[in-house]
Amino acid sequence: MDALTRKSYELRRDVIEMIHKSQAGHVGGDLSVIDILTVLYFDIMNVNPDNFKDDNHDRFLLSKGHCADALFVVLGEKGFFDKQRAIDTFSQYQSEFIGHPNTDVNGVEINSGSLGHGLAVGVGMALAAKMDDRTYRTYVVLGDGEMAEGSNYEAMMAARQYQLDNLCATVDLNRLQISGTTDQVMSSAPLAEKFASFGWNVIEAEDGNNCAQLVEAYKKAAACKGKPSVVIAHTVKGKGVSFMENEKKWHHGVMTQEEYERAVKDIEEVLA
Amino acid sequence: MNKITNRQAICDCLLEKAKSDRNIVVVCSDSRGSASLAPFAETYPGQFVEAGIAEQNLVGISAGLAACGKKVFAASPASFLTTRSYEQAKVDVAYSGTNVTLIGISGGVSYGALGMTHHSCQDFAAMSALTGMRVYNPSDRFQTTKLIEALLKDTAPAYIRVSRSATEDIYDENMDFTLNRANVIADGKDVLLVACGEMVPYAKKAVEQLGEKGISAGLIDMYCLKPLDADTLVEKARDVKLVVTVEEHAPQGGLGSAVAQALSSRCPRRLVEKNLPDEHLISGTNREMFAYYGLDDAGIVKSVEEAL
Repeated sequence: MDALTRKSYELRRDVIEMIHKSQAGHVGGDLSVIDILTVLYFDIMNVNPDNFKDDNHDRFLLSKGHCADALFVVLGEKGFFDKQRAIDTFSQYQSEFIGHPNTDVNGVEINSGSLGHGLAVGVGMALAAKMDDRTYRTYVVLGDGEMAEGSNYEAMMAARQYQLDNLCATVDLNRLQISGTTDQVMSSAPLAEKFASFGWNVIEAEDGNNCAQLVEAYKKAAACKGKPSVVIAHTVKGKGVSFMENEKKWHHGVMTQEEYERAVKDIEEVLA
Repeated sequence: MNKITNRQAICDCLLEKAKSDRNIVVVCSDSRGSASLAPFAETYPGQFVEAGIAEQNLVGISAGLAACGKKVFAASPASFLTTRSYEQAKVDVAYSGTNVTLIGISGGVSYGALGMTHHSCQDFAAMSALTGMRVYNPSDRFQTTKLIEALLKDTAPAYIRVSRSATEDIYDENMDFTLNRANVIADGKDVLLVACGEMVPYAKKAVEQLGEKGISAGLIDMYCLKPLDADTLVEKARDVKLVVTVEEHAPQGGLGSAVAQALSSRCPRRLVEKNLPDEHLISGTNREMFAYYGLDDAGIVKSVEEAL
Protein backbone atom coordinates (compact mmCIF):
# COMPACT_ATOMS: atom_id res chain seq x y z
CA MET A 1 0.00 0.00 0.00
CA ASP A 2 1.34 3.44 -0.93
CA ALA A 3 1.83 6.11 1.72
CA LEU A 4 -1.09 8.30 0.63
CA THR A 5 -3.56 5.43 0.65
CA ARG A 6 -2.29 4.34 4.06
CA LYS A 7 -2.72 7.86 5.37
CA SER A 8 -6.25 8.11 3.96
CA TYR A 9 -7.23 4.95 5.84
CA GLU A 10 -5.54 6.12 9.05
CA LEU A 11 -7.52 9.33 8.71
CA ARG A 12 -10.70 7.30 8.12
CA ARG A 13 -10.08 5.67 11.47
CA ASP A 14 -9.78 9.15 13.04
CA VAL A 15 -13.03 10.25 11.40
CA ILE A 16 -14.85 7.19 12.72
CA GLU A 17 -13.53 7.87 16.23
CA MET A 18 -14.55 11.56 16.00
CA ILE A 19 -18.02 10.74 14.71
CA HIS A 20 -18.58 8.05 17.34
CA LYS A 21 -17.36 10.18 20.24
CA SER A 22 -19.44 13.17 19.24
CA GLN A 23 -22.48 11.24 17.94
CA ALA A 24 -22.51 13.94 15.26
CA GLY A 25 -21.06 14.72 11.85
CA HIS A 26 -21.51 13.60 8.26
CA VAL A 27 -19.73 10.29 8.09
CA GLY A 28 -20.80 9.17 4.61
CA GLY A 29 -19.46 12.27 2.85
CA ASP A 30 -16.37 12.33 5.07
CA LEU A 31 -15.44 8.87 3.85
CA SER A 32 -16.05 9.76 0.19
CA VAL A 33 -14.01 12.98 0.32
CA ILE A 34 -11.13 11.89 2.59
CA ASP A 35 -8.94 10.62 -0.25
CA ILE A 36 -9.36 13.92 -2.10
CA LEU A 37 -8.36 15.85 1.03
CA THR A 38 -5.44 13.53 1.75
CA VAL A 39 -4.05 13.86 -1.76
CA LEU A 40 -4.45 17.64 -1.81
CA TYR A 41 -2.94 18.27 1.63
CA PHE A 42 -0.17 15.67 1.55
CA ASP A 43 0.87 15.65 -2.08
CA ILE A 44 -0.50 18.50 -4.18
CA MET A 45 -0.97 21.73 -2.25
CA ASN A 46 1.71 24.05 -0.95
CA VAL A 47 0.14 24.81 2.42
CA ASN A 48 1.22 23.99 5.96
CA PRO A 49 1.13 25.61 9.41
CA ASP A 50 4.38 27.49 8.70
CA ASN A 51 3.32 29.17 5.46
CA PHE A 52 -0.40 29.55 6.16
CA LYS A 53 -0.10 33.30 6.85
CA ASP A 54 2.12 33.88 3.81
CA ASP A 55 0.53 35.59 0.80
CA ASN A 56 1.58 32.88 -1.61
CA HIS A 57 0.28 29.65 0.00
CA ASP A 58 -2.21 27.51 -1.87
CA ARG A 59 -5.83 28.15 -0.88
CA PHE A 60 -8.32 25.42 -0.04
CA LEU A 61 -12.08 25.80 0.34
CA LEU A 62 -14.39 23.00 1.43
CA SER A 63 -17.60 24.21 -0.17
CA LYS A 64 -19.40 21.05 0.97
CA GLY A 65 -18.70 22.35 4.45
CA HIS A 66 -20.68 19.70 6.31
CA CYS A 67 -17.70 17.36 5.79
CA ALA A 68 -15.69 19.56 8.16
CA ASP A 69 -15.14 16.44 10.27
CA ALA A 70 -12.88 15.02 7.56
CA LEU A 71 -11.18 18.38 7.01
CA PHE A 72 -10.43 18.71 10.74
CA VAL A 73 -8.65 15.37 11.00
CA VAL A 74 -6.63 16.21 7.87
CA LEU A 75 -5.66 19.66 9.20
CA GLY A 76 -4.79 18.09 12.57
CA GLU A 77 -2.65 15.47 10.85
CA LYS A 78 -0.99 18.29 8.92
CA GLY A 79 -0.01 19.90 12.22
CA PHE A 80 -2.34 22.91 12.28
CA PHE A 81 -3.50 21.86 15.78
CA ASP A 82 -3.62 18.85 18.06
CA LYS A 83 -5.64 16.33 16.09
CA GLN A 84 -6.69 14.41 19.17
CA ARG A 85 -8.23 17.57 20.66
CA ALA A 86 -10.34 17.95 17.54
CA ILE A 87 -11.42 14.30 17.76
CA ASP A 88 -12.24 14.65 21.46
CA THR A 89 -14.15 17.95 21.30
CA PHE A 90 -15.83 17.89 17.87
CA SER A 91 -19.34 19.39 18.11
CA GLN A 92 -19.05 19.61 21.90
CA TYR A 93 -20.00 22.54 24.15
CA GLN A 94 -17.85 25.62 23.35
CA SER A 95 -15.59 23.76 20.93
CA GLU A 96 -14.24 25.61 17.89
CA PHE A 97 -14.53 22.30 16.04
CA ILE A 98 -18.17 22.84 15.10
CA GLY A 99 -19.94 21.03 12.29
CA HIS A 100 -18.64 23.36 9.59
CA PRO A 101 -15.31 24.94 8.65
CA ASN A 102 -14.71 28.20 10.47
CA THR A 103 -11.73 30.47 10.89
CA ASP A 104 -11.49 29.86 14.64
CA VAL A 105 -9.84 26.63 13.50
CA ASN A 106 -6.26 27.15 12.33
CA GLY A 107 -5.86 26.27 8.67
CA VAL A 108 -9.38 27.26 7.58
CA GLU A 109 -9.44 30.11 5.04
CA ILE A 110 -13.03 31.31 5.35
CA ASN A 111 -16.24 30.32 7.10
CA SER A 112 -18.43 27.97 5.11
CA GLY A 113 -21.33 25.61 5.58
CA SER A 114 -24.07 26.96 3.38
CA LEU A 115 -23.80 25.18 0.05
CA GLY A 116 -23.04 26.94 -3.21
CA HIS A 117 -20.67 29.57 -1.78
CA GLY A 118 -17.18 28.12 -2.19
CA LEU A 119 -16.69 28.36 -5.93
CA ALA A 120 -17.40 32.11 -6.12
CA VAL A 121 -15.08 32.76 -3.17
CA GLY A 122 -12.49 30.61 -4.94
CA VAL A 123 -12.89 32.72 -8.08
CA GLY A 124 -12.13 35.81 -5.98
CA MET A 125 -9.04 34.17 -4.49
CA ALA A 126 -7.78 33.08 -7.91
CA LEU A 127 -8.44 36.57 -9.32
CA ALA A 128 -6.43 38.09 -6.47
CA ALA A 129 -3.50 35.83 -7.40
CA LYS A 130 -3.67 37.01 -11.02
CA MET A 131 -3.82 40.66 -9.92
CA ASP A 132 -0.75 40.27 -7.74
CA ASP A 133 1.19 37.93 -10.07
CA ARG A 134 1.27 35.28 -7.38
CA THR A 135 1.73 31.62 -8.17
CA TYR A 136 -0.53 30.09 -5.52
CA ARG A 137 -3.38 27.89 -6.68
CA THR A 138 -6.93 27.76 -5.31
CA TYR A 139 -8.69 24.43 -4.75
CA VAL A 140 -12.43 24.16 -4.11
CA VAL A 141 -14.17 20.91 -3.21
CA LEU A 142 -17.89 20.64 -4.03
CA GLY A 143 -20.46 17.91 -3.54
CA ASP A 144 -22.58 16.55 -6.37
CA GLY A 145 -25.76 17.29 -4.42
CA GLU A 146 -24.42 20.82 -3.98
CA MET A 147 -24.35 21.24 -7.76
CA ALA A 148 -28.11 21.94 -7.60
CA GLU A 149 -27.22 25.37 -6.14
CA GLY A 150 -27.47 27.89 -8.98
CA SER A 151 -24.72 30.11 -7.61
CA ASN A 152 -22.19 27.47 -8.72
CA TYR A 153 -23.02 28.19 -12.34
CA GLU A 154 -22.49 31.93 -11.90
CA ALA A 155 -19.03 31.16 -10.54
CA MET A 156 -18.33 28.68 -13.34
CA MET A 157 -19.03 31.43 -15.88
CA ALA A 158 -16.76 33.92 -14.13
CA ALA A 159 -13.90 31.40 -13.79
CA ARG A 160 -13.93 30.89 -17.56
CA GLN A 161 -14.40 34.61 -18.28
CA TYR A 162 -11.20 35.38 -16.39
CA GLN A 163 -9.33 32.29 -17.64
CA LEU A 164 -8.54 31.19 -14.11
CA ASP A 165 -6.13 28.35 -14.80
CA ASN A 166 -4.98 28.77 -11.19
CA LEU A 167 -8.38 27.54 -9.97
CA CYS A 168 -9.16 23.85 -9.61
CA ALA A 169 -12.55 22.59 -8.52
CA THR A 170 -13.24 19.03 -7.45
CA VAL A 171 -16.69 17.47 -7.43
CA ASP A 172 -16.94 14.66 -4.90
CA LEU A 173 -19.44 12.75 -7.02
CA ASN A 174 -20.76 10.12 -4.62
CA ARG A 175 -24.26 10.07 -6.17
CA LEU A 176 -26.06 10.31 -2.83
CA GLN A 177 -27.56 13.10 -0.78
CA ILE A 178 -29.68 13.27 2.34
CA SER A 179 -33.00 12.29 0.72
CA GLY A 180 -31.75 9.70 -1.76
CA THR A 181 -29.70 9.50 -4.93
CA THR A 182 -28.87 12.76 -6.68
CA ASP A 183 -30.62 11.34 -9.72
CA GLN A 184 -33.83 10.97 -7.68
CA VAL A 185 -33.59 14.27 -5.81
CA MET A 186 -32.23 16.65 -8.46
CA SER A 187 -29.90 15.28 -11.04
CA SER A 188 -26.81 17.35 -11.75
CA ALA A 189 -25.81 14.94 -14.53
CA PRO A 190 -24.06 15.11 -16.89
CA LEU A 191 -21.59 17.13 -14.83
CA ALA A 192 -18.59 16.65 -17.09
CA GLU A 193 -20.54 18.00 -20.05
CA LYS A 194 -21.90 20.88 -17.96
CA PHE A 195 -18.42 22.01 -16.92
CA ALA A 196 -17.08 21.48 -20.45
CA SER A 197 -19.88 23.58 -21.93
CA PHE A 198 -18.95 26.35 -19.48
CA GLY A 199 -15.45 26.30 -20.94
CA TRP A 200 -13.69 24.32 -18.21
CA ASN A 201 -10.96 21.72 -18.57
CA VAL A 202 -12.62 18.53 -17.30
CA ILE A 203 -10.62 15.69 -15.79
CA GLU A 204 -12.42 12.58 -14.63
CA ALA A 205 -11.07 10.34 -11.88
CA GLU A 206 -12.93 7.11 -12.52
CA ASP A 207 -12.12 5.96 -9.02
CA GLY A 208 -12.23 9.10 -6.93
CA ASN A 209 -11.16 7.16 -3.85
CA ASN A 210 -7.96 6.06 -5.56
CA CYS A 211 -5.13 8.33 -4.44
CA ALA A 212 -2.91 7.59 -7.44
CA GLN A 213 -5.71 8.53 -9.86
CA LEU A 214 -6.36 11.73 -7.92
CA VAL A 215 -2.68 12.72 -7.94
CA GLU A 216 -2.62 12.21 -11.69
CA ALA A 217 -5.79 14.28 -12.12
CA TYR A 218 -4.45 17.23 -10.10
CA LYS A 219 -1.18 17.18 -12.05
CA LYS A 220 -3.15 17.39 -15.30
CA ALA A 221 -5.16 20.28 -13.85
CA ALA A 222 -2.02 22.20 -12.90
CA ALA A 223 -0.62 21.73 -16.39
CA CYS A 224 -3.70 23.18 -18.11
CA LYS A 225 -3.32 26.83 -19.15
CA GLY A 226 -5.93 29.41 -20.08
CA LYS A 227 -8.96 27.92 -18.36
CA PRO A 228 -10.06 26.55 -15.01
CA SER A 229 -10.02 22.83 -14.32
CA VAL A 230 -12.44 20.53 -12.56
CA VAL A 231 -11.68 17.06 -11.28
CA ILE A 232 -14.83 14.97 -11.32
CA ALA A 233 -14.08 12.37 -8.70
CA HIS A 234 -16.38 9.36 -8.93
CA THR A 235 -16.42 8.35 -5.29
CA VAL A 236 -18.32 5.98 -3.04
CA LYS A 237 -20.21 7.49 -0.13
CA GLY A 238 -19.13 5.72 3.06
CA LYS A 239 -16.05 4.28 1.29
CA GLY A 240 -14.02 1.93 3.47
CA VAL A 241 -16.74 0.89 5.90
CA SER A 242 -18.64 -1.99 4.33
CA PHE A 243 -22.07 -1.37 5.80
CA MET A 244 -21.96 2.39 5.05
CA GLU A 245 -20.99 2.23 1.39
CA ASN A 246 -23.67 3.61 -0.97
CA GLU A 247 -26.24 3.78 1.83
CA LYS A 248 -28.05 7.12 2.16
CA LYS A 249 -28.78 6.55 5.88
CA TRP A 250 -25.08 7.15 6.55
CA HIS A 251 -25.25 10.72 5.20
CA HIS A 252 -25.18 11.79 8.82
CA GLY A 253 -25.90 8.58 10.69
CA VAL A 254 -24.36 7.87 14.08
CA MET A 255 -23.03 4.46 15.03
CA THR A 256 -23.99 2.08 17.82
CA GLN A 257 -21.04 0.65 19.76
CA GLU A 258 -21.30 -2.53 17.70
CA GLU A 259 -21.35 -0.60 14.42
CA TYR A 260 -18.39 1.46 15.57
CA GLU A 261 -16.38 -1.68 16.28
CA ARG A 262 -17.29 -3.15 12.87
CA ALA A 263 -16.28 0.11 11.16
CA VAL A 264 -12.91 0.18 12.90
CA LYS A 265 -12.40 -3.49 12.04
CA ASP A 266 -13.09 -2.83 8.34
CA ILE A 267 -10.50 -0.05 8.28
CA GLU A 268 -7.93 -2.00 10.32
CA GLU A 269 -8.21 -4.89 7.87
CA VAL A 270 -7.27 -2.61 4.98
CA LEU A 271 -4.37 -1.15 6.95
CA ALA A 272 -3.16 -4.62 7.89
CA MET B 1 -27.79 73.29 -6.17
CA ASN B 2 -25.12 70.60 -5.99
CA LYS B 3 -25.00 68.27 -9.02
CA ILE B 4 -22.48 65.76 -7.68
CA THR B 5 -24.14 62.55 -6.52
CA ASN B 6 -22.91 60.53 -3.56
CA ARG B 7 -22.05 57.64 -5.87
CA GLN B 8 -19.83 59.96 -7.88
CA ALA B 9 -18.22 61.13 -4.65
CA ILE B 10 -17.40 57.49 -3.89
CA CYS B 11 -15.79 57.04 -7.31
CA ASP B 12 -13.79 60.26 -6.98
CA CYS B 13 -12.55 59.21 -3.55
CA LEU B 14 -11.57 55.70 -4.70
CA LEU B 15 -9.80 57.11 -7.79
CA GLU B 16 -7.76 59.35 -5.53
CA LYS B 17 -6.94 56.65 -2.96
CA ALA B 18 -6.11 54.03 -5.60
CA LYS B 19 -3.22 56.22 -6.79
CA SER B 20 -1.25 54.97 -3.82
CA ASP B 21 -3.08 51.74 -2.94
CA ARG B 22 -3.08 48.92 -5.47
CA ASN B 23 -5.15 46.72 -3.15
CA ILE B 24 -8.30 48.78 -3.65
CA VAL B 25 -10.56 46.71 -5.91
CA VAL B 26 -13.99 47.61 -7.26
CA VAL B 27 -16.43 44.86 -8.25
CA CYS B 28 -19.64 45.56 -10.20
CA SER B 29 -22.54 43.53 -11.59
CA ASP B 30 -23.07 45.21 -14.96
CA SER B 31 -23.52 48.28 -12.77
CA ARG B 32 -20.38 50.35 -13.35
CA GLY B 33 -22.37 53.01 -15.18
CA SER B 34 -25.24 53.29 -12.74
CA ALA B 35 -22.76 53.20 -9.85
CA SER B 36 -20.74 56.05 -11.49
CA LEU B 37 -17.72 53.74 -11.25
CA ALA B 38 -16.90 53.57 -14.98
CA PRO B 39 -14.01 56.06 -14.53
CA PHE B 40 -12.48 53.72 -11.94
CA ALA B 41 -12.77 50.76 -14.32
CA GLU B 42 -11.14 52.79 -17.08
CA THR B 43 -8.34 54.17 -14.93
CA TYR B 44 -7.54 50.99 -13.00
CA PRO B 45 -8.64 48.05 -15.17
CA GLY B 46 -6.36 45.75 -13.17
CA GLN B 47 -8.22 46.66 -9.99
CA PHE B 48 -11.71 46.28 -11.39
CA VAL B 49 -13.76 43.09 -11.69
CA GLU B 50 -16.96 42.72 -13.67
CA ALA B 51 -19.16 39.96 -12.22
CA GLY B 52 -21.95 40.26 -14.76
CA ILE B 53 -25.60 40.28 -13.77
CA ALA B 54 -24.98 37.84 -10.95
CA GLU B 55 -25.22 39.42 -7.52
CA GLN B 56 -24.48 36.26 -5.54
CA ASN B 57 -21.29 35.89 -7.56
CA LEU B 58 -20.51 39.58 -7.07
CA VAL B 59 -20.46 39.21 -3.30
CA GLY B 60 -18.80 35.78 -3.20
CA ILE B 61 -15.99 36.91 -5.51
CA SER B 62 -15.58 40.08 -3.42
CA ALA B 63 -15.14 37.98 -0.27
CA GLY B 64 -12.53 35.81 -1.97
CA LEU B 65 -10.60 38.86 -3.14
CA ALA B 66 -10.76 40.35 0.35
CA ALA B 67 -9.60 37.10 1.96
CA CYS B 68 -6.44 37.49 -0.14
CA GLY B 69 -5.70 41.03 0.99
CA LYS B 70 -7.83 43.22 -1.26
CA LYS B 71 -9.90 46.17 -0.01
CA VAL B 72 -13.06 45.49 -1.94
CA PHE B 73 -15.90 47.85 -2.85
CA ALA B 74 -18.79 45.92 -4.40
CA ALA B 75 -21.41 48.14 -6.00
CA SER B 76 -24.80 47.02 -7.25
CA PRO B 77 -28.38 48.29 -7.01
CA ALA B 78 -29.33 48.21 -3.31
CA SER B 79 -32.46 46.25 -4.08
CA PHE B 80 -30.61 43.28 -5.59
CA LEU B 81 -27.43 43.55 -3.54
CA THR B 82 -29.23 43.28 -0.22
CA THR B 83 -31.73 40.56 -1.06
CA ARG B 84 -30.51 38.48 -4.02
CA SER B 85 -27.08 38.11 -2.44
CA TYR B 86 -28.21 38.30 1.17
CA GLU B 87 -26.75 34.95 2.14
CA GLN B 88 -23.38 35.78 0.58
CA ALA B 89 -23.45 39.02 2.61
CA LYS B 90 -24.26 36.99 5.71
CA VAL B 91 -21.79 34.12 5.31
CA ASP B 92 -18.96 35.27 3.05
CA VAL B 93 -18.78 38.88 4.26
CA ALA B 94 -20.35 39.43 7.69
CA TYR B 95 -19.71 36.06 9.34
CA SER B 96 -16.31 35.67 7.71
CA GLY B 97 -15.34 39.27 8.53
CA THR B 98 -13.93 39.93 5.06
CA ASN B 99 -12.83 43.43 4.10
CA VAL B 100 -15.74 44.13 1.79
CA THR B 101 -17.77 47.33 1.59
CA LEU B 102 -21.08 46.65 -0.08
CA ILE B 103 -22.37 49.76 -1.84
CA GLY B 104 -26.10 49.71 -2.48
CA ILE B 105 -26.69 52.23 -5.24
CA SER B 106 -30.04 53.79 -6.17
CA GLY B 107 -31.30 52.92 -2.72
CA GLY B 108 -34.76 53.40 -1.27
CA VAL B 109 -37.19 54.58 -3.95
CA SER B 110 -34.52 56.12 -6.20
CA TYR B 111 -35.79 54.16 -9.17
CA GLY B 112 -39.23 55.77 -8.83
CA ALA B 113 -41.58 54.47 -11.49
CA LEU B 114 -39.60 51.24 -12.00
CA GLY B 115 -41.63 49.96 -9.09
CA MET B 116 -41.40 47.57 -6.17
CA THR B 117 -38.87 45.15 -7.71
CA HIS B 118 -36.35 47.98 -7.82
CA HIS B 119 -37.11 49.67 -4.50
CA SER B 120 -34.96 48.77 -1.51
CA CYS B 121 -37.07 49.74 1.47
CA GLN B 122 -35.79 46.75 3.45
CA ASP B 123 -32.02 47.14 3.13
CA PHE B 124 -31.37 48.81 6.50
CA ALA B 125 -33.32 46.07 8.26
CA ALA B 126 -31.78 43.22 6.29
CA MET B 127 -28.20 44.36 6.62
CA SER B 128 -28.55 45.48 10.26
CA ALA B 129 -29.75 42.01 11.18
CA LEU B 130 -26.43 40.48 10.12
CA THR B 131 -23.94 40.00 12.94
CA GLY B 132 -20.69 41.65 11.89
CA MET B 133 -22.20 44.05 9.35
CA ARG B 134 -22.14 47.84 9.78
CA VAL B 135 -24.80 49.95 8.05
CA TYR B 136 -24.44 53.51 6.77
CA ASN B 137 -26.61 55.94 4.82
CA PRO B 138 -24.65 59.17 4.34
CA SER B 139 -26.48 62.38 3.50
CA ASP B 140 -24.30 64.53 1.24
CA ARG B 141 -21.20 64.10 -0.92
CA PHE B 142 -18.83 65.43 1.74
CA GLN B 143 -20.04 63.01 4.41
CA THR B 144 -19.93 60.19 1.83
CA THR B 145 -16.28 60.94 1.03
CA LYS B 146 -15.34 61.08 4.72
CA LEU B 147 -17.11 57.78 5.27
CA ILE B 148 -15.20 56.02 2.45
CA GLU B 149 -11.91 57.44 3.74
CA ALA B 150 -12.72 56.13 7.23
CA LEU B 151 -13.74 52.67 5.99
CA LEU B 152 -10.46 52.37 4.07
CA LYS B 153 -8.66 52.59 7.41
CA ASP B 154 -10.19 49.41 8.86
CA THR B 155 -10.88 45.92 7.58
CA ALA B 156 -14.38 45.18 8.84
CA PRO B 157 -17.42 44.64 6.60
CA ALA B 158 -19.86 47.48 5.90
CA TYR B 159 -22.95 48.27 3.86
CA ILE B 160 -23.51 51.78 2.47
CA ARG B 161 -26.72 52.91 0.84
CA VAL B 162 -26.58 55.84 -1.55
CA SER B 163 -29.36 57.25 -3.66
CA ARG B 164 -29.48 57.97 -7.35
CA SER B 165 -29.90 61.72 -7.44
CA ALA B 166 -27.64 64.47 -6.16
CA THR B 167 -28.37 65.71 -2.66
CA GLU B 168 -28.08 69.30 -1.51
CA ASP B 169 -24.85 70.05 0.30
CA ILE B 170 -25.16 69.93 4.08
CA TYR B 171 -21.46 70.14 4.93
CA ASP B 172 -18.20 71.17 3.28
CA GLU B 173 -14.84 69.49 2.87
CA ASN B 174 -13.71 70.66 6.31
CA MET B 175 -16.63 69.02 8.11
CA ASP B 176 -16.11 67.21 11.41
CA PHE B 177 -16.36 63.49 10.88
CA THR B 178 -15.71 60.62 13.24
CA LEU B 179 -16.76 57.14 12.15
CA ASN B 180 -19.87 55.99 13.99
CA ARG B 181 -20.49 59.43 15.56
CA ALA B 182 -23.61 61.13 14.24
CA ASN B 183 -23.37 64.71 12.96
CA VAL B 184 -25.45 67.16 14.97
CA ILE B 185 -26.80 69.77 12.56
CA ALA B 186 -29.00 71.77 14.95
CA ASP B 187 -29.81 71.89 18.64
CA GLY B 188 -33.42 72.37 19.74
CA LYS B 189 -35.52 72.62 22.90
CA ASP B 190 -38.90 71.29 21.74
CA VAL B 191 -38.35 68.52 19.26
CA LEU B 192 -35.44 66.43 18.01
CA LEU B 193 -35.42 65.29 14.39
CA VAL B 194 -33.28 62.25 13.56
CA ALA B 195 -32.79 61.65 9.85
CA CYS B 196 -30.45 59.86 7.46
CA GLY B 197 -29.52 59.91 3.80
CA GLU B 198 -31.64 61.86 1.41
CA MET B 199 -34.06 62.79 4.19
CA VAL B 200 -31.51 65.05 5.89
CA PRO B 201 -31.92 68.07 3.56
CA TYR B 202 -35.72 67.88 4.02
CA ALA B 203 -35.30 67.68 7.79
CA LYS B 204 -32.93 70.64 7.71
CA LYS B 205 -35.55 72.72 5.86
CA ALA B 206 -38.16 71.55 8.37
CA VAL B 207 -35.98 72.83 11.24
CA GLU B 208 -35.95 76.30 9.62
CA GLN B 209 -39.71 76.28 8.98
CA LEU B 210 -40.46 75.10 12.53
CA GLY B 211 -38.24 77.90 13.85
CA GLU B 212 -40.33 80.44 11.95
CA LYS B 213 -43.37 79.00 13.71
CA GLY B 214 -41.71 79.37 17.11
CA ILE B 215 -40.86 75.68 17.52
CA SER B 216 -37.26 74.95 18.48
CA ALA B 217 -36.13 71.82 16.62
CA GLY B 218 -32.82 69.97 16.78
CA LEU B 219 -31.50 67.71 14.03
CA ILE B 220 -29.17 64.72 14.08
CA ASP B 221 -27.78 63.27 10.85
CA MET B 222 -27.68 59.60 11.89
CA TYR B 223 -25.72 58.29 8.90
CA CYS B 224 -24.51 55.42 11.12
CA LEU B 225 -27.53 53.15 11.50
CA LYS B 226 -25.41 50.33 12.88
CA PRO B 227 -23.67 50.86 15.16
CA LEU B 228 -26.22 53.56 16.02
CA ASP B 229 -24.71 56.53 17.82
CA ALA B 230 -26.97 56.10 20.85
CA ASP B 231 -24.84 58.39 23.03
CA THR B 232 -25.41 61.43 20.83
CA LEU B 233 -29.05 60.47 20.42
CA VAL B 234 -29.67 60.21 24.16
CA GLU B 235 -27.73 63.38 24.89
CA LYS B 236 -29.86 65.40 22.49
CA ALA B 237 -33.14 63.63 23.29
CA ARG B 238 -32.83 64.57 26.98
CA ASP B 239 -33.61 68.21 26.12
CA VAL B 240 -36.86 67.59 24.26
CA LYS B 241 -40.39 66.19 24.66
CA LEU B 242 -40.67 64.69 21.21
CA VAL B 243 -38.36 62.75 18.88
CA VAL B 244 -39.18 62.34 15.18
CA THR B 245 -37.28 59.94 12.93
CA VAL B 246 -37.30 60.39 9.14
CA GLU B 247 -36.11 57.67 6.78
CA GLU B 248 -36.59 56.35 3.25
CA HIS B 249 -37.33 52.83 4.46
CA ALA B 250 -40.12 50.51 5.52
CA PRO B 251 -41.38 50.81 9.12
CA GLN B 252 -39.64 47.63 10.27
CA GLY B 253 -36.02 47.45 11.26
CA GLY B 254 -34.70 50.79 10.03
CA LEU B 255 -33.74 54.07 11.67
CA GLY B 256 -37.04 54.44 13.55
CA SER B 257 -36.74 50.97 15.05
CA ALA B 258 -33.11 51.51 16.06
CA VAL B 259 -33.90 54.87 17.66
CA ALA B 260 -36.91 53.41 19.48
CA GLN B 261 -34.77 50.59 20.82
CA ALA B 262 -32.07 52.97 22.07
CA LEU B 263 -34.46 55.52 23.58
CA SER B 264 -36.75 53.03 25.30
CA SER B 265 -33.92 51.66 27.39
CA ARG B 266 -31.95 54.83 28.04
CA CYS B 267 -34.18 57.89 27.61
CA PRO B 268 -37.88 57.19 26.97
CA ARG B 269 -39.46 59.93 24.85
CA ARG B 270 -42.55 60.22 22.73
CA LEU B 271 -41.49 59.03 19.29
CA VAL B 272 -43.00 59.63 15.86
CA GLU B 273 -41.50 57.46 13.11
CA LYS B 274 -41.79 58.84 9.61
CA ASN B 275 -41.06 56.28 6.93
CA LEU B 276 -42.48 54.58 3.87
CA PRO B 277 -45.57 52.49 4.58
CA ASP B 278 -45.61 48.70 4.68
CA GLU B 279 -47.51 48.50 1.43
CA HIS B 280 -46.95 48.53 -2.33
CA LEU B 281 -45.88 52.07 -3.09
CA ILE B 282 -47.36 54.48 -5.61
CA SER B 283 -45.68 55.26 -8.90
CA GLY B 284 -43.77 58.51 -9.21
CA THR B 285 -40.37 60.12 -8.97
CA ASN B 286 -38.66 59.76 -5.62
CA ARG B 287 -39.44 63.40 -4.79
CA GLU B 288 -43.10 62.93 -5.66
CA MET B 289 -43.16 59.87 -3.44
CA PHE B 290 -41.47 61.69 -0.55
CA ALA B 291 -44.16 64.37 -0.74
CA TYR B 292 -46.99 61.83 -1.05
CA TYR B 293 -45.81 59.88 1.98
CA GLY B 294 -45.07 62.97 4.05
CA LEU B 295 -41.31 62.58 4.14
CA ASP B 296 -40.53 66.04 2.71
CA ASP B 297 -40.14 69.23 4.75
CA ALA B 298 -43.87 70.00 4.66
CA GLY B 299 -44.71 66.48 5.84
CA ILE B 300 -42.18 66.63 8.67
CA VAL B 301 -43.44 70.05 9.86
CA LYS B 302 -47.04 68.78 9.79
CA SER B 303 -46.18 65.70 11.87
CA VAL B 304 -44.31 67.77 14.45
CA GLU B 305 -47.17 70.27 14.82
CA GLU B 306 -49.73 67.49 15.18
CA ALA B 307 -47.66 65.69 17.81
CA LEU B 308 -46.78 68.73 19.94
